[in-house]
Amino acid sequence: MKETVIKLGLCMVALISVAVLFTVVAYIFLNGMQVISLDFLLKSPNYAALEKGGIFPQIIGSLCLLSVCLLFAVPLGMASGIYLAEYAPENIITKSVRFFVECLAGIPSIVIGLFGLIFLVYYLGFGPSMLAGGLSLGFMILPWTVRASEEAIKAVPRSYREASLALGASKWQSIRSVVLKSAYPGIITGILLGAGKALGEAAVILLTTGGLVTYIPHSLLDDVGALPVYIYMILTVVPASRDVAESYAFGASLVLITMFLMISVFALFLRNRYIRQMSGSRG
Amino acid sequence: MGALEHVRGLKFKFERMELTKEKIIEKLLFISALSSILIVFFIIAFMFKESIPALALGGDFFFGMTWCPKHEQFGIFPIIVTTFVVGLGALAIAAGIGIPTAIYLAEFSPAWLRNVIKPSVEMLVGIPSIVLGFFGLMVFVTLIRDSLGGWGECVLAGWIILAIMTLPHVVSISEDSVRAVPKGYKEASLALGATHVQTIRRAILPNARSGILASLILGMGNAVGETMAVLMVIGNPEIPWIPSSILESVRVLTSTIVLEYSYVVWGSMHQHALFAIGVVLFVIVAILNLVTTIAIKGRVGATTVIKGVVGGR
Repeated sequence: MKETVIKLGLCMVALISVAVLFTVVAYIFLNGMQVISLDFLLKSPNYAALEKGGIFPQIIGSLCLLSVCLLFAVPLGMASGIYLAEYAPENIITKSVRFFVECLAGIPSIVIGLFGLIFLVYYLGFGPSMLAGGLSLGFMILPWTVRASEEAIKAVPRSYREASLALGASKWQSIRSVVLKSAYPGIITGILLGAGKALGEAAVILLTTGGLVTYIPHSLLDDVGALPVYIYMILTVVPASRDVAESYAFGASLVLITMFLMISVFALFLRNRYIRQMSGSRG
Repeated sequence: MGALEHVRGLKFKFERMELTKEKIIEKLLFISALSSILIVFFIIAFMFKESIPALALGGDFFFGMTWCPKHEQFGIFPIIVTTFVVGLGALAIAAGIGIPTAIYLAEFSPAWLRNVIKPSVEMLVGIPSIVLGFFGLMVFVTLIRDSLGGWGECVLAGWIILAIMTLPHVVSISEDSVRAVPKGYKEASLALGATHVQTIRRAILPNARSGILASLILGMGNAVGETMAVLMVIGNPEIPWIPSSILESVRVLTSTIVLEYSYVVWGSMHQHALFAIGVVLFVIVAILNLVTTIAIKGRVGATTVIKGVVGGR
């Protein structure tokens, strides 16, 4: 009897997190749906009269920042991951690389933002721009791409490498055409998880790009708007009536969450497809 | 004969070329791997360079009781204390929900329920922090204002929001460490006639303790470094103080940086002080992460030792 009560109690507590998740998502969806319209999605924001504008440059801006971030972090992270998994000898250098990757992962995002502000925006003279914002985001998710690549590559069975080497392929050929092919689902899933984090990150972008942007960037050094920053700005800085600001923040939150969910679903889809392909070719 | 020699020579050359290509690729990969070290060094170097004038204030900076940039006073002691008050409270809530969740997932949950709970917990990490902060502002702040009085934007709201953000870390590492307890312990305890709940309390939890502790310290690191969500719900008064009740508005380290960086005069002591806050954050989180790593390693070490002893017999 007592056992059952405790078990039930634990179950109830465990369901709290599920309830929180569903409440947040449902709350944002229900309130956000009322604002979503074609105008809202396709117009530029009007900070003097919020209700007359939309969030189009912010949507595009978020995607641009994400692209710069991934263009920086994915090649570098994958290369590091391949090195750590395939080449690295167990010496002091390898150990310190691992240590510093963990270190970078532990740095709070606001500190990365401050670093982006002083190093990229001022010292290198990029100004508040897409390049500065994207690279700072890249610094933030680099450890995720390194870890994801290393772990996915290490999970590839040893026999694959041995078979490829026995057929006369060189080490790099084996890695490129055999090991990486089996490791892709893991790598891609890890990268997309990092991308989701970068998409929703506000502090880093706030410090490294301008705030109230109304246009779409034309070059890497143009200023760029992003959805998280837009939500923050209209709630705190922009002088608008509370109701309008809140409803627009709901709309922008809904778009942001939808983009995040799309990335997650895409990650799952890619992974499943890949797994099916692999098992198909084996059969 | 000449032709054959020529072909052999070409083949040799080709192989040499392939070999150099392999070497170059390896070097390139190695250089990429060094990039993380480089980035961390740059971050440390630039953060310290910018904050030295403020750190040089010494006691006035770390233990000064007033933060008032207008009057050139940069004491961050109240902000540090508040940061820990907010972080620890959030952690207490996250532990209260997270540890039972972890035990349920590891010991009782049927597979289908686990497939609902676990992804939901992991998805909580993915919700953008600004959205969660906005949700907190609309729901919890209003709720607190209407039911408990005050401004609503307060320590309590910060606790709740940060607890939601720390929960996934606490759950996933705690669950792993509960699962990592050797099966033999559980079986031995059950064989002695203990019930499942008694077994968990007396045999499993004591052995999972260091892992659970590690998850809490890691959660604390995340709570201290979290910016946007907590910023939205704690009120951020003009002059920070140490709160005397959980319904007071407060300021934490991260929110101070975000609120003040936009109007800071570049090159002033104020700017150096903001970067110094960044350094303080960095150091606090680095220490917490280090302790976590040691705690997890310690646990793994202990388990291996035990396994070795049991296997030896």
